[in-house]
Amino acid sequence: MISKEEVEHIAKLARLELSDKETEKMQKDLSEILDYFDLLKKAPKPEKAVEIEGDLRATRKDEITSSHDIADELIGAAPDKKDDYIKVKSIL
Amino acid sequence: MDLTEFTIKQAHEGLKKKEFSSIDLAKAYLEKIKKSDLNAFISVTEDLALTQAEEADKKILTGEFGMLCGIPCVIKDAIMVEGQRCTAASKILENYIAPYDATVIKKLKEAGAVILGKTNLDEFAMGASGETSAFGATKNPYDKTRVTGGTSSGSAAAVAANEAIYTLGSDTGGSIRQPASFCGVVGLCPTYGAVSRYGLIAHASSLDQIGPMAKTVEDVETVFQAISGKDKMDATSVEYKFEETKVGLKGFKIGVPKEYFAKGLEPEVEKIIRSAIKKAKNAGAKIVEISLPSTEFALACYYIIGPSEISANLARFDGIKYGLSVPGKDLLDVYLKSKGQGFGAEVKRRIMIGTYCLSSGYYDAYYKKAQEVRQLVRHDFAKAFEKVDLIFCPVSPFPAFKLGEKLDDPLTMYLADIYTIPSKLAGLPGLSLPAGKTKDGLPVGLQIIGNHFQENKILGCAEELEPIL
Repeated sequence: MISKEEVEHIAKLARLELSDKETEKMQKDLSEILDYFDLLKKAPKPEKAVEIEGDLRATRKDEITSSHDIADELIGAAPDKKDDYIKVKSIL
Repeated sequence: MDLTEFTIKQAHEGLKKKEFSSIDLAKAYLEKIKKSDLNAFISVTEDLALTQAEEADKKILTGEFGMLCGIPCVIKDAIMVEGQRCTAASKILENYIAPYDATVIKKLKEAGAVILGKTNLDEFAMGASGETSAFGATKNPYDKTRVTGGTSSGSAAAVAANEAIYTLGSDTGGSIRQPASFCGVVGLCPTYGAVSRYGLIAHASSLDQIGPMAKTVEDVETVFQAISGKDKMDATSVEYKFEETKVGLKGFKIGVPKEYFAKGLEPEVEKIIRSAIKKAKNAGAKIVEISLPSTEFALACYYIIGPSEISANLARFDGIKYGLSVPGKDLLDVYLKSKGQGFGAEVKRRIMIGTYCLSSGYYDAYYKKAQEVRQLVRHDFAKAFEKVDLIFCPVSPFPAFKLGEKLDDPLTMYLADIYTIPSKLAGLPGLSLPAGKTKDGLPVGLQIIGNHFQENKILGCAEELEPIL
Protein backbone atom coordinates (compact mmCIF):
# COMPACT_ATOMS: atom_id res chain seq x y z
CA MET A 1 0.00 0.00 0.00
CA ILE A 2 1.33 3.43 -0.82
CA SER A 3 1.98 5.57 2.22
CA LYS A 4 0.07 8.55 3.49
CA GLU A 5 3.19 10.68 2.96
CA GLU A 6 3.41 9.58 -0.65
CA VAL A 7 -0.22 10.52 -1.29
CA GLU A 8 0.38 13.88 0.34
CA HIS A 9 3.47 14.44 -1.79
CA ILE A 10 1.60 13.67 -5.03
CA ALA A 11 -1.35 15.84 -3.95
CA LYS A 12 1.06 18.70 -3.36
CA LEU A 13 2.56 18.27 -6.82
CA ALA A 14 -0.99 18.29 -8.22
CA ARG A 15 -1.90 21.38 -6.16
CA LEU A 16 -4.82 19.44 -4.72
CA GLU A 17 -6.07 19.79 -1.18
CA LEU A 18 -7.30 16.48 0.22
CA SER A 19 -9.10 15.92 3.50
CA ASP A 20 -7.83 13.19 5.85
CA LYS A 21 -10.68 10.96 4.75
CA GLU A 22 -9.88 11.57 1.09
CA THR A 23 -6.20 10.86 1.67
CA GLU A 24 -7.05 7.56 3.30
CA LYS A 25 -9.37 6.49 0.46
CA MET A 26 -6.80 7.67 -2.09
CA GLN A 27 -4.15 5.42 -0.46
CA LYS A 28 -6.38 2.41 -0.99
CA ASP A 29 -7.59 3.34 -4.50
CA LEU A 30 -4.17 4.35 -5.84
CA SER A 31 -2.57 1.21 -4.45
CA GLU A 32 -5.13 -1.02 -6.15
CA ILE A 33 -4.86 0.85 -9.43
CA LEU A 34 -1.04 0.96 -9.41
CA ASP A 35 -0.93 -2.76 -8.61
CA TYR A 36 -3.16 -3.35 -11.60
CA PHE A 37 -0.67 -1.43 -13.79
CA ASP A 38 1.95 -4.08 -12.96
CA LEU A 39 0.25 -6.12 -15.66
CA LEU A 40 2.13 -4.00 -18.21
CA LYS A 41 5.44 -5.53 -17.13
CA LYS A 42 4.34 -8.62 -19.05
CA ALA A 43 3.85 -6.64 -22.27
CA PRO A 44 6.52 -7.14 -24.93
CA LYS A 45 8.49 -4.26 -26.45
CA PRO A 46 6.96 -3.04 -29.71
CA GLU A 47 8.95 -4.20 -32.74
CA LYS A 48 8.46 -1.13 -34.84
CA ALA A 49 6.58 2.11 -34.58
CA VAL A 50 3.21 2.07 -36.31
CA GLU A 51 2.62 4.92 -38.67
CA ILE A 52 0.09 7.33 -37.17
CA GLU A 53 -2.88 7.95 -39.45
CA GLY A 54 -3.81 11.42 -40.53
CA ASP A 55 -1.97 14.61 -40.80
CA LEU A 56 -0.70 15.15 -37.28
CA ARG A 57 2.61 16.56 -38.39
CA ALA A 58 1.06 19.28 -40.51
CA THR A 59 2.56 22.70 -40.01
CA ARG A 60 1.09 26.11 -40.56
CA LYS A 61 2.58 29.51 -41.30
CA ASP A 62 3.72 31.42 -38.26
CA GLU A 63 1.29 34.26 -38.73
CA ILE A 64 -0.77 36.12 -36.21
CA THR A 65 -4.43 35.69 -37.02
CA SER A 66 -7.24 36.80 -34.80
CA SER A 67 -10.15 34.45 -35.13
CA HIS A 68 -12.33 36.04 -32.54
CA ASP A 69 -12.42 39.16 -30.53
CA ILE A 70 -13.38 37.81 -27.16
CA ALA A 71 -10.81 39.39 -24.86
CA ASP A 72 -13.58 41.02 -22.82
CA GLU A 73 -15.45 37.76 -22.32
CA LEU A 74 -12.27 35.95 -21.35
CA ILE A 75 -11.29 38.55 -18.79
CA GLY A 76 -14.91 38.74 -17.70
CA ALA A 77 -14.77 35.07 -16.75
CA ALA A 78 -11.98 35.62 -14.22
CA PRO A 79 -13.13 35.51 -10.59
CA ASP A 80 -11.07 38.56 -9.62
CA LYS A 81 -10.18 41.38 -11.98
CA LYS A 82 -9.40 45.06 -12.29
CA ASP A 83 -10.02 46.92 -15.54
CA ASP A 84 -8.48 44.77 -18.27
CA TYR A 85 -6.37 42.71 -15.90
CA ILE A 86 -6.86 39.45 -14.04
CA LYS A 87 -5.94 39.87 -10.40
CA VAL A 88 -3.80 37.32 -8.58
CA LYS A 89 -2.45 37.20 -5.06
CA SER A 90 0.99 38.72 -4.68
CA ILE A 91 3.68 36.10 -4.92
CA LEU A 92 6.57 37.98 -3.35
CA MET B 1 -49.73 13.64 -33.47
CA ASP B 2 -46.85 13.23 -31.01
CA LEU B 3 -44.16 15.57 -32.27
CA THR B 4 -41.41 13.98 -30.20
CA GLU B 5 -41.14 10.60 -31.88
CA PHE B 6 -39.53 11.52 -35.17
CA THR B 7 -36.17 10.75 -36.64
CA ILE B 8 -34.30 13.62 -38.32
CA LYS B 9 -35.54 12.52 -41.71
CA GLN B 10 -39.18 12.22 -40.62
CA ALA B 11 -39.10 15.62 -38.90
CA HIS B 12 -37.49 17.14 -42.00
CA GLU B 13 -40.26 15.73 -44.21
CA GLY B 14 -42.89 17.07 -41.80
CA LEU B 15 -41.33 20.53 -41.88
CA LYS B 16 -41.21 20.39 -45.66
CA LYS B 17 -44.88 19.44 -45.92
CA LYS B 18 -45.76 22.14 -43.37
CA GLU B 19 -47.38 19.59 -41.08
CA PHE B 20 -45.77 21.45 -38.20
CA SER B 21 -43.24 24.22 -37.71
CA SER B 22 -39.86 24.20 -36.06
CA ILE B 23 -41.39 26.23 -33.22
CA ASP B 24 -44.03 23.49 -32.74
CA LEU B 25 -41.27 20.90 -32.55
CA ALA B 26 -39.15 22.91 -30.11
CA LYS B 27 -42.12 23.59 -27.84
CA ALA B 28 -43.18 19.94 -27.80
CA TYR B 29 -39.69 18.84 -26.79
CA LEU B 30 -39.23 21.60 -24.19
CA GLU B 31 -42.53 20.58 -22.63
CA LYS B 32 -41.38 16.99 -22.47
CA ILE B 33 -37.98 17.92 -21.00
CA LYS B 34 -39.65 19.95 -18.26
CA LYS B 35 -41.80 16.99 -17.23
CA SER B 36 -38.95 14.48 -17.30
CA ASP B 37 -37.51 12.96 -14.11
CA LEU B 38 -34.41 11.42 -15.74
CA ASN B 39 -32.05 14.28 -14.80
CA ALA B 40 -30.67 14.20 -18.33
CA PHE B 41 -30.16 17.97 -18.45
CA ILE B 42 -27.90 20.40 -16.64
CA SER B 43 -29.35 23.43 -18.44
CA VAL B 44 -32.38 23.87 -20.65
CA THR B 45 -31.69 26.60 -23.22
CA GLU B 46 -35.28 27.53 -23.94
CA ASP B 47 -34.70 31.10 -25.15
CA LEU B 48 -31.94 30.01 -27.49
CA ALA B 49 -34.07 27.15 -28.82
CA LEU B 50 -37.10 29.33 -29.53
CA THR B 51 -34.99 32.01 -31.25
CA GLN B 52 -33.27 29.39 -33.39
CA ALA B 53 -36.59 27.72 -34.21
CA GLU B 54 -38.06 31.03 -35.32
CA GLU B 55 -35.05 31.63 -37.57
CA ALA B 56 -35.35 28.11 -38.94
CA ASP B 57 -39.04 28.59 -39.73
CA LYS B 58 -38.16 31.65 -41.81
CA LYS B 59 -35.62 29.62 -43.75
CA ILE B 60 -38.09 26.77 -44.19
CA LEU B 61 -40.60 29.18 -45.74
CA THR B 62 -38.13 29.85 -48.55
CA GLY B 63 -38.21 26.14 -49.39
CA GLU B 64 -34.42 25.97 -49.45
CA PHE B 65 -33.28 24.24 -46.28
CA GLY B 66 -31.03 21.39 -45.25
CA MET B 67 -31.70 18.21 -43.29
CA LEU B 68 -30.78 19.65 -39.88
CA CYS B 69 -32.60 22.97 -40.28
CA GLY B 70 -35.23 23.39 -37.57
CA ILE B 71 -34.44 20.03 -35.97
CA PRO B 72 -34.16 20.02 -32.15
CA CYS B 73 -30.97 18.66 -30.63
CA VAL B 74 -29.19 18.62 -27.28
CA ILE B 75 -25.49 19.00 -26.52
CA LYS B 76 -23.29 17.35 -23.93
CA ASP B 77 -22.37 19.96 -21.35
CA ALA B 78 -18.64 19.64 -22.09
CA ILE B 79 -19.12 21.28 -25.52
CA MET B 80 -19.33 25.05 -25.54
CA VAL B 81 -22.33 26.97 -26.84
CA GLU B 82 -21.63 30.70 -26.82
CA GLY B 83 -23.34 32.64 -24.08
CA GLN B 84 -24.65 29.51 -22.35
CA ARG B 85 -23.48 27.92 -19.15
CA CYS B 86 -20.95 25.11 -19.69
CA THR B 87 -20.23 23.14 -16.53
CA ALA B 88 -18.60 19.84 -17.61
CA ALA B 89 -20.82 18.59 -14.73
CA SER B 90 -18.29 20.00 -12.27
CA LYS B 91 -18.78 22.35 -9.34
CA ILE B 92 -15.59 24.09 -10.43
CA LEU B 93 -17.38 25.32 -13.59
CA GLU B 94 -20.87 25.60 -12.13
CA ASN B 95 -21.29 29.23 -13.23
CA TYR B 96 -18.99 29.31 -16.24
CA ILE B 97 -20.43 30.96 -19.35
CA ALA B 98 -18.96 29.76 -22.64
CA PRO B 99 -17.27 32.71 -24.39
CA TYR B 100 -17.43 31.14 -27.85
CA ASP B 101 -18.98 28.32 -29.87
CA ALA B 102 -17.19 25.01 -30.32
CA THR B 103 -16.52 24.40 -34.01
CA VAL B 104 -19.14 21.62 -34.09
CA ILE B 105 -21.71 24.05 -32.66
CA LYS B 106 -20.78 26.68 -35.22
CA LYS B 107 -21.38 24.09 -37.93
CA LEU B 108 -24.68 22.94 -36.45
CA LYS B 109 -25.87 26.54 -36.10
CA GLU B 110 -25.02 27.19 -39.74
CA ALA B 111 -27.07 24.12 -40.59
CA GLY B 112 -30.05 25.62 -38.73
CA ALA B 113 -30.00 23.46 -35.58
CA VAL B 114 -32.28 24.18 -32.63
CA ILE B 115 -30.43 23.63 -29.34
CA LEU B 116 -32.79 22.65 -26.52
CA GLY B 117 -30.28 22.20 -23.73
CA LYS B 118 -27.02 20.97 -22.31
CA THR B 119 -26.95 17.40 -21.14
CA ASN B 120 -25.60 15.75 -18.04
CA LEU B 121 -22.34 13.78 -18.02
CA ASP B 122 -19.78 12.33 -15.67
CA GLU B 123 -17.71 15.15 -14.21
CA PHE B 124 -15.23 16.29 -16.89
CA ALA B 125 -16.30 13.16 -18.79
CA MET B 126 -14.54 10.90 -16.29
CA GLY B 127 -16.58 7.88 -15.32
CA ALA B 128 -18.50 5.05 -16.93
CA SER B 129 -21.97 5.44 -15.48
CA GLY B 130 -22.97 9.11 -15.41
CA GLU B 131 -22.81 8.99 -11.61
CA THR B 132 -19.77 11.20 -11.06
CA SER B 133 -21.70 14.30 -12.20
CA ALA B 134 -21.72 17.03 -9.54
CA PHE B 135 -25.38 17.53 -10.47
CA GLY B 136 -26.56 13.99 -9.80
CA ALA B 137 -26.74 10.84 -11.91
CA THR B 138 -28.96 10.49 -14.97
CA LYS B 139 -31.47 7.64 -14.81
CA ASN B 140 -31.79 5.04 -17.51
CA PRO B 141 -35.13 5.44 -19.34
CA TYR B 142 -35.45 1.63 -19.60
CA ASP B 143 -35.13 1.17 -15.83
CA LYS B 144 -34.86 4.19 -13.58
CA THR B 145 -32.98 2.27 -10.90
CA ARG B 146 -30.12 1.75 -13.35
CA VAL B 147 -27.34 3.89 -14.79
CA THR B 148 -27.33 5.24 -18.34
CA GLY B 149 -23.68 4.47 -18.80
CA GLY B 150 -21.25 7.26 -19.34
CA THR B 151 -19.90 9.61 -19.81
CA SER B 152 -22.41 11.01 -22.33
CA SER B 153 -25.16 9.99 -19.90
CA GLY B 154 -27.71 12.75 -20.38
CA SER B 155 -27.21 12.68 -24.15
CA ALA B 156 -28.00 8.96 -24.40
CA ALA B 157 -30.97 9.18 -22.02
CA ALA B 158 -32.42 12.23 -23.78
CA VAL B 159 -32.41 10.55 -27.19
CA ALA B 160 -33.74 7.26 -25.80
CA ALA B 161 -36.58 9.04 -23.98
CA ASN B 162 -37.48 11.22 -26.99
CA GLU B 163 -36.32 14.38 -25.26
CA ALA B 164 -34.26 15.23 -28.36
CA ILE B 165 -33.97 13.94 -31.91
CA TYR B 166 -30.20 13.79 -31.83
CA THR B 167 -27.28 14.84 -29.68
CA LEU B 168 -23.57 15.44 -29.68
CA GLY B 169 -21.54 13.48 -27.15
CA SER B 170 -17.82 12.97 -26.72
CA ASP B 171 -15.85 9.75 -26.44
CA THR B 172 -12.46 9.36 -24.76
CA GLY B 173 -12.57 5.69 -23.78
CA GLY B 174 -16.12 4.72 -24.71
CA SER B 175 -18.21 7.68 -23.62
CA ILE B 176 -20.44 7.72 -26.71
CA ARG B 177 -20.59 4.01 -27.50
CA GLN B 178 -21.14 2.64 -24.01
CA PRO B 179 -24.07 4.88 -22.95
CA ALA B 180 -25.54 4.39 -26.45
CA SER B 181 -25.42 0.64 -25.77
CA PHE B 182 -26.97 0.98 -22.29
CA CYS B 183 -29.77 3.22 -23.55
CA GLY B 184 -30.49 1.52 -26.88
CA VAL B 185 -29.53 4.33 -29.25
CA VAL B 186 -27.02 4.56 -32.12
CA GLY B 187 -23.74 6.27 -31.20
CA LEU B 188 -20.73 6.94 -33.41
CA CYS B 189 -17.27 7.69 -32.11
CA PRO B 190 -15.49 8.99 -35.24
CA THR B 191 -11.85 8.46 -36.17
CA TYR B 192 -9.52 10.63 -34.08
CA GLY B 193 -9.13 13.80 -36.15
CA ALA B 194 -12.34 13.45 -38.17
CA VAL B 195 -14.19 16.02 -36.06
CA SER B 196 -12.72 19.20 -34.56
CA ARG B 197 -12.26 19.18 -30.79
CA TYR B 198 -12.12 22.97 -30.58
CA GLY B 199 -14.49 24.10 -27.85
CA LEU B 200 -14.73 20.69 -26.19
CA ILE B 201 -13.55 20.97 -22.58
CA ALA B 202 -10.40 18.85 -22.64
CA HIS B 203 -10.16 15.55 -20.81
CA ALA B 204 -7.38 13.59 -22.55
CA SER B 205 -6.39 15.35 -25.75
CA SER B 206 -4.87 12.38 -27.60
CA LEU B 207 -8.14 10.45 -27.17
CA ASP B 208 -11.05 12.94 -26.97
CA GLN B 209 -13.41 12.93 -29.92
CA ILE B 210 -16.85 14.47 -30.50
CA GLY B 211 -19.52 12.37 -32.19
CA PRO B 212 -23.26 12.04 -32.82
CA MET B 213 -25.90 9.91 -31.12
CA ALA B 214 -29.39 9.41 -32.52
CA LYS B 215 -32.19 6.90 -33.00
CA THR B 216 -31.12 5.62 -36.41
CA VAL B 217 -27.91 5.00 -38.33
CA GLU B 218 -29.11 7.36 -41.04
CA ASP B 219 -29.53 10.20 -38.53
CA VAL B 220 -26.08 9.60 -37.07
CA GLU B 221 -24.66 9.77 -40.58
CA THR B 222 -26.45 13.04 -41.32
CA VAL B 223 -25.04 14.68 -38.20
CA PHE B 224 -21.57 13.23 -38.72
CA GLN B 225 -21.50 14.68 -42.23
CA ALA B 226 -22.42 18.09 -40.84
CA ILE B 227 -19.74 18.22 -38.13
CA SER B 228 -16.72 16.48 -39.64
CA GLY B 229 -13.74 18.00 -41.42
CA LYS B 230 -10.57 20.03 -40.98
CA ASP B 231 -10.67 22.99 -38.63
CA LYS B 232 -7.86 25.49 -38.37
CA MET B 233 -8.57 25.80 -34.64
CA ASP B 234 -7.72 22.12 -34.04
CA ALA B 235 -4.30 21.12 -35.36
CA THR B 236 -5.16 17.43 -34.97
CA SER B 237 -8.24 17.64 -37.20
CA VAL B 238 -7.73 16.40 -40.73
CA GLU B 239 -8.97 17.16 -44.20
CA TYR B 240 -11.75 14.62 -44.50
CA LYS B 241 -14.95 14.73 -46.43
CA PHE B 242 -17.24 11.90 -45.54
CA GLU B 243 -18.82 10.33 -48.55
CA GLU B 244 -21.63 7.91 -48.35
CA THR B 245 -20.73 4.82 -50.31
CA LYS B 246 -23.12 2.06 -51.08
CA VAL B 247 -21.45 -0.77 -49.30
CA GLY B 248 -23.24 -3.76 -47.93
CA LEU B 249 -22.62 -6.85 -45.88
CA LYS B 250 -22.38 -9.06 -48.94
CA GLY B 251 -18.75 -9.96 -49.48
CA PHE B 252 -17.61 -8.05 -46.41
CA LYS B 253 -15.04 -9.70 -44.20
CA ILE B 254 -15.92 -9.24 -40.56
CA GLY B 255 -13.38 -9.99 -37.87
CA VAL B 256 -14.47 -11.30 -34.49
CA PRO B 257 -11.69 -10.88 -31.92
CA LYS B 258 -11.51 -13.94 -29.68
CA GLU B 259 -10.10 -11.90 -26.79
CA TYR B 260 -13.40 -9.97 -26.58
CA PHE B 261 -15.40 -13.09 -25.80
CA ALA B 262 -13.36 -14.19 -22.80
CA LYS B 263 -13.95 -14.15 -19.07
CA GLY B 264 -16.05 -11.29 -17.77
CA LEU B 265 -18.51 -11.10 -20.68
CA GLU B 266 -22.04 -11.73 -19.42
CA PRO B 267 -23.64 -14.74 -21.14
CA GLU B 268 -26.79 -12.83 -22.07
CA VAL B 269 -24.72 -10.10 -23.78
CA GLU B 270 -22.62 -12.72 -25.55
CA LYS B 271 -25.75 -14.43 -26.87
CA ILE B 272 -27.13 -11.19 -28.33
CA ILE B 273 -23.79 -10.30 -29.96
CA ARG B 274 -23.28 -13.83 -31.36
CA SER B 275 -26.78 -13.73 -32.80
CA ALA B 276 -26.06 -10.35 -34.45
CA ILE B 277 -22.89 -11.81 -35.98
CA LYS B 278 -24.90 -14.75 -37.29
CA LYS B 279 -27.41 -12.42 -38.91
CA ALA B 280 -24.56 -10.58 -40.62
CA LYS B 281 -23.31 -13.93 -41.89
CA ASN B 282 -26.76 -14.83 -43.21
CA ALA B 283 -26.83 -11.50 -45.01
CA GLY B 284 -23.70 -12.49 -46.93
CA ALA B 285 -20.77 -11.37 -44.76
CA LYS B 286 -17.77 -13.59 -44.27
CA ILE B 287 -16.99 -14.06 -40.57
CA VAL B 288 -13.34 -14.51 -39.62
CA GLU B 289 -11.97 -15.12 -36.14
CA ILE B 290 -9.13 -12.72 -35.42
CA SER B 291 -6.77 -12.13 -32.53
CA LEU B 292 -5.89 -8.83 -30.89
CA PRO B 293 -3.26 -10.16 -28.50
CA SER B 294 -2.54 -6.88 -26.68
CA THR B 295 -6.16 -6.51 -25.55
CA GLU B 296 -5.37 -7.53 -21.98
CA PHE B 297 -2.98 -4.58 -21.60
CA ALA B 298 -5.27 -1.90 -23.06
CA LEU B 299 -7.16 -0.94 -19.92
CA ALA B 300 -4.01 -0.43 -17.85
CA CYS B 301 -2.45 1.50 -20.74
CA TYR B 302 -5.51 3.75 -21.00
CA TYR B 303 -5.58 4.48 -17.27
CA ILE B 304 -2.00 5.71 -17.46
CA ILE B 305 -2.21 7.74 -20.65
CA GLY B 306 -5.66 9.23 -19.89
CA PRO B 307 -4.90 10.39 -16.34
CA SER B 308 -1.45 11.67 -17.35
CA GLU B 309 -3.08 13.94 -19.91
CA ILE B 310 -5.80 14.81 -17.39
CA SER B 311 -3.26 15.91 -14.80
CA ALA B 312 -1.86 18.37 -17.35
CA ASN B 313 -5.18 19.49 -18.88
CA LEU B 314 -6.94 20.12 -15.59
CA ALA B 315 -4.08 22.14 -14.13
CA ARG B 316 -5.77 25.15 -15.73
CA PHE B 317 -8.56 25.10 -13.14
CA ASP B 318 -6.61 27.02 -10.56
CA GLY B 319 -9.16 29.54 -9.33
CA ILE B 320 -7.51 32.38 -11.26
CA LYS B 321 -8.73 32.47 -14.85
CA TYR B 322 -12.24 31.10 -14.54
CA GLY B 323 -14.52 28.98 -12.47
CA LEU B 324 -14.64 28.47 -8.74
CA SER B 325 -12.12 30.48 -6.74
CA VAL B 326 -11.82 29.78 -3.03
CA PRO B 327 -10.05 32.55 -1.08
CA GLY B 328 -6.79 31.57 0.57
CA LYS B 329 -3.94 33.13 2.51
CA ASP B 330 -1.54 33.06 -0.44
CA LEU B 331 -1.54 32.03 -4.10
CA LEU B 332 -0.73 28.38 -3.39
CA ASP B 333 -3.54 28.22 -0.89
CA VAL B 334 -6.00 29.51 -3.54
CA TYR B 335 -4.89 26.73 -5.89
CA LEU B 336 -5.12 24.01 -3.26
CA LYS B 337 -8.52 25.05 -1.97
CA SER B 338 -10.13 25.81 -5.35
CA LYS B 339 -9.13 22.42 -6.74
CA GLY B 340 -9.79 20.64 -3.48
CA GLN B 341 -13.33 21.96 -3.20
CA GLY B 342 -14.11 22.22 -6.90
CA PHE B 343 -13.30 18.71 -8.13
CA GLY B 344 -15.18 15.52 -7.28
CA ALA B 345 -13.72 12.17 -6.19
CA GLU B 346 -13.16 10.55 -9.60
CA VAL B 347 -11.52 13.66 -11.08
CA LYS B 348 -9.21 13.90 -8.08
CA ARG B 349 -8.38 10.20 -8.37
CA ARG B 350 -7.38 10.58 -12.01
CA ILE B 351 -5.35 13.73 -11.39
CA MET B 352 -3.52 11.81 -8.67
CA ILE B 353 -2.89 8.76 -10.88
CA GLY B 354 -1.61 10.97 -13.69
CA THR B 355 0.58 13.07 -11.43
CA TYR B 356 2.02 9.91 -9.90
CA CYS B 357 2.75 8.33 -13.29
CA LEU B 358 4.49 11.47 -14.53
CA SER B 359 6.39 12.19 -11.35
CA SER B 360 10.14 11.93 -11.11
CA GLY B 361 11.38 8.35 -10.99
CA TYR B 362 8.15 6.78 -12.25
CA TYR B 363 7.90 8.16 -15.78
CA ASP B 364 9.67 5.25 -17.52
CA ALA B 365 7.81 2.55 -15.63
CA TYR B 366 4.38 4.01 -16.30
CA TYR B 367 3.98 6.69 -18.96
CA LYS B 368 6.73 5.54 -21.30
CA LYS B 369 5.70 1.91 -20.92
CA ALA B 370 2.06 2.82 -21.63
CA GLN B 371 3.09 4.64 -24.81
CA GLU B 372 4.88 1.48 -25.95
CA VAL B 373 1.84 -0.63 -25.18
CA ARG B 374 -0.28 1.82 -27.15
CA GLN B 375 1.96 1.00 -30.11
CA LEU B 376 1.25 -2.69 -29.60
CA VAL B 377 -2.49 -2.07 -29.57
CA ARG B 378 -2.26 0.01 -32.75
CA HIS B 379 -0.20 -2.71 -34.35
CA ASP B 380 -2.79 -5.39 -33.46
CA PHE B 381 -5.53 -3.45 -35.21
CA ALA B 382 -3.35 -2.55 -38.19
CA LYS B 383 -2.64 -6.25 -38.70
CA ALA B 384 -6.30 -7.18 -38.29
CA PHE B 385 -7.41 -4.64 -40.88
CA GLU B 386 -5.06 -6.18 -43.42
CA LYS B 387 -7.44 -9.13 -43.37
CA VAL B 388 -10.90 -7.77 -42.54
CA ASP B 389 -13.15 -4.81 -43.43
CA LEU B 390 -14.76 -4.39 -40.04
CA ILE B 391 -14.59 -5.81 -36.53
CA PHE B 392 -17.70 -6.90 -34.60
CA CYS B 393 -17.66 -7.21 -30.81
CA PRO B 394 -19.65 -6.21 -27.73
CA VAL B 395 -19.66 -2.57 -26.60
CA SER B 396 -19.59 -3.44 -22.92
CA PRO B 397 -19.36 -6.76 -21.06
CA PHE B 398 -22.68 -6.14 -19.30
CA PRO B 399 -25.89 -4.15 -19.73
CA ALA B 400 -26.84 -1.11 -17.58
CA PHE B 401 -26.06 -1.84 -13.93
CA LYS B 402 -27.76 -0.54 -10.80
CA LEU B 403 -27.18 3.03 -9.65
CA GLY B 404 -24.54 2.99 -6.90
CA GLU B 405 -23.43 -0.57 -7.65
CA LYS B 406 -19.88 0.21 -8.79
CA LEU B 407 -19.41 3.81 -7.70
CA ASP B 408 -17.05 3.12 -4.81
CA ASP B 409 -14.92 0.60 -6.63
CA PRO B 410 -12.98 2.38 -9.39
CA LEU B 411 -11.33 -0.69 -10.92
CA THR B 412 -14.65 -2.52 -11.34
CA MET B 413 -16.16 0.61 -12.86
CA TYR B 414 -13.25 0.89 -15.31
CA LEU B 415 -14.09 -2.56 -16.69
CA ALA B 416 -17.31 -1.17 -18.22
CA ASP B 417 -15.15 0.30 -21.01
CA ILE B 418 -12.90 -2.69 -21.57
CA TYR B 419 -14.14 -3.28 -25.15
CA THR B 420 -14.26 0.37 -26.20
CA ILE B 421 -10.84 1.41 -24.93
CA PRO B 422 -8.50 -0.60 -27.22
CA SER B 423 -9.88 0.80 -30.51
CA LYS B 424 -9.76 4.25 -28.94
CA LEU B 425 -6.07 3.90 -28.13
CA ALA B 426 -5.61 3.17 -31.84
CA GLY B 427 -7.69 6.22 -32.86
CA LEU B 428 -10.20 4.06 -34.72
CA PRO B 429 -13.86 4.81 -35.37
CA GLY B 430 -16.51 2.70 -33.66
CA LEU B 431 -20.28 2.56 -33.59
CA SER B 432 -22.75 1.15 -31.10
CA LEU B 433 -25.79 -0.34 -32.79
CA PRO B 434 -28.77 -1.60 -30.75
CA ALA B 435 -28.65 -5.38 -31.18
CA GLY B 436 -31.29 -6.67 -28.79
CA LYS B 437 -32.45 -6.69 -25.20
CA THR B 438 -31.80 -8.88 -22.18
CA LYS B 439 -34.68 -10.74 -20.56
CA ASP B 440 -34.98 -7.80 -18.14
CA GLY B 441 -35.54 -5.54 -21.12
CA LEU B 442 -32.16 -3.82 -21.03
CA PRO B 443 -30.65 -2.80 -24.38
CA VAL B 444 -27.36 -4.28 -25.60
CA GLY B 445 -25.26 -2.70 -28.33
CA LEU B 446 -23.14 -4.35 -31.00
CA GLN B 447 -19.85 -2.54 -31.54
CA ILE B 448 -18.71 -2.12 -35.14
CA ILE B 449 -15.10 -0.95 -35.42
CA GLY B 450 -13.63 0.22 -38.73
CA ASN B 451 -10.23 1.22 -39.99
CA HIS B 452 -9.18 4.88 -39.83
CA PHE B 453 -11.56 7.16 -41.73
CA GLN B 454 -13.73 4.26 -42.87
CA GLU B 455 -16.89 5.51 -41.23
CA ASN B 456 -18.56 4.87 -44.60
CA LYS B 457 -18.05 1.10 -44.19
CA ILE B 458 -19.26 1.14 -40.59
CA LEU B 459 -22.36 3.16 -41.39
CA GLY B 460 -23.18 1.29 -44.60
CA CYS B 461 -23.02 -2.04 -42.84
CA ALA B 462 -24.91 -0.79 -39.77
CA GLU B 463 -27.68 0.55 -41.96
CA GLU B 464 -28.13 -2.85 -43.53
CA LEU B 465 -28.07 -4.63 -40.18
CA GLU B 466 -30.36 -2.16 -38.38
CA PRO B 467 -33.70 -3.56 -39.62
CA ILE B 468 -32.75 -7.22 -39.10
CA LEU B 469 -31.35 -7.06 -35.55
